[in-house]
Amino acid sequence: MTYVRDVGALARKDLLLELRARDTLPAMLLFVVATFVVFHFALPSGSSDLAASGLLWVAIVFTALLGVGRAFVPEREQRVLDGLVLAPCDRSAIWLGKGIATLAFLAAAEVVALPVFALFFHGLNAATVAAVVLADLGICAVGTFLGAMAVATRARDLLLPLLFLPLAIPIVIGGVGASIVASPGRYLGFLVLYDAIFALVCWASFEYVVTE
Amino acid sequence: MTEVARRYRISLPTLAAASLVLVTLALALVFFVAPNDADQGFSQRIFYFHVSIAITAYFCFGLGAWKALVHLWKRDPRADLESYVAVHQGVIFGSLVLITGSIWAKISWGHWWLWSEDQLVLFLVLFLFYAAYFMLRYSVDPGPQRANFSAVYALFGVVLIPVSFMAIRLAKQAIHPVVFTLQGPKFGGWILVTYCVAQVAMLVLAYTLYRVELAGKRVDARVRELKEVLA
Repeated sequence: MTYVRDVGALARKDLLLELRARDTLPAMLLFVVATFVVFHFALPSGSSDLAASGLLWVAIVFTALLGVGRAFVPEREQRVLDGLVLAPCDRSAIWLGKGIATLAFLAAAEVVALPVFALFFHGLNAATVAAVVLADLGICAVGTFLGAMAVATRARDLLLPLLFLPLAIPIVIGGVGASIVASPGRYLGFLVLYDAIFALVCWASFEYVVTE
Repeated sequence: MTEVARRYRISLPTLAAASLVLVTLALALVFFVAPNDADQGFSQRIFYFHVSIAITAYFCFGLGAWKALVHLWKRDPRADLESYVAVHQGVIFGSLVLITGSIWAKISWGHWWLWSEDQLVLFLVLFLFYAAYFMLRYSVDPGPQRANFSAVYALFGVVLIPVSFMAIRLAKQAIHPVVFTLQGPKFGGWILVTYCVAQVAMLVLAYTLYRVELAGKRVDARVRELKEVLA
């Protein structure tokens, strides 16, 4: 299928770029670990594990924001986006390829971040890890979409958090809920629903972001 | 790009007169006819405004999203401005929901802000979301790209409303304890009549404001166009 091939090629391009330039991932890693250290001192000693669980989600959302903010920078600098839009492929493939690459960076950052969190604060249960995986999908779907919009505006980096955070509130609610309650099924189900709905909306409307 | 003004069946002065009459009637009913609430007394009367303003704000956001869809789908050159104006009215009414909700919460429960009130929290999320809409719109140069961005973002809004509402409902179970449960008002008699009149009054008022702003914006655009031609 050409669509899958296109998406694969685009995602591969971003991963190769990152492998050679190493712009984004080290920054995300450093950022997330530094955030944990800040959180450690922000939490008064003797605070409950519940508070730390909440802060894990803050760290994840902000780290993702960092990655998403960088996602379309190469396209902007070299005017690659114009070429991609002219290429004979479905425009939503641009979003999907970029989303997959962003997801890979975020997942790589979390592979380090979650054990560090467990080391600094408290162990993580399976529900939290599942919620993180589900949240990553939603964050990357929505974040990549908004990143493509923000990069085309004058305000750029300033705008992305403003656009992204209100949309990330449901993710945080689902994620925090899943990590603190005894039976997280409903919260995980909600995250699946969020991912499905917003992935569909982004996929269907990305064309209008890159064309006039 | 010349924007063709839309022909409306109801003229603006008629609309303005209708909203004046309806709002006055609603005020009269709210203050003089509707009975005092057995539980909350006089202060419960803010309910008639709070709820009808909230429903009106949803209508405005819905209209904004519908016009956004018309823009993306039919490429109607008028739809972009209409979508923006509808969202603008929605934000104005949404801010009023936050203000009236806060006043009601303060008088009934003694706090200006309650995280246990679903509608208040939802409107805060929506307020943040739609405030970013304006940031987005004004950081892109006018043209097809701005119209597209605004339209796509307005569509995200109507998707976000039910999703956020679900999330806030979910959050109440685990993250915030349910402190206050508001019993559904027993609708009947003058309460129902007053509410319905207030609701219609707010909707007509919102539509009038929408038309006024639209007319102003269109005159503005026309004047700028003429200036360019003359220059």
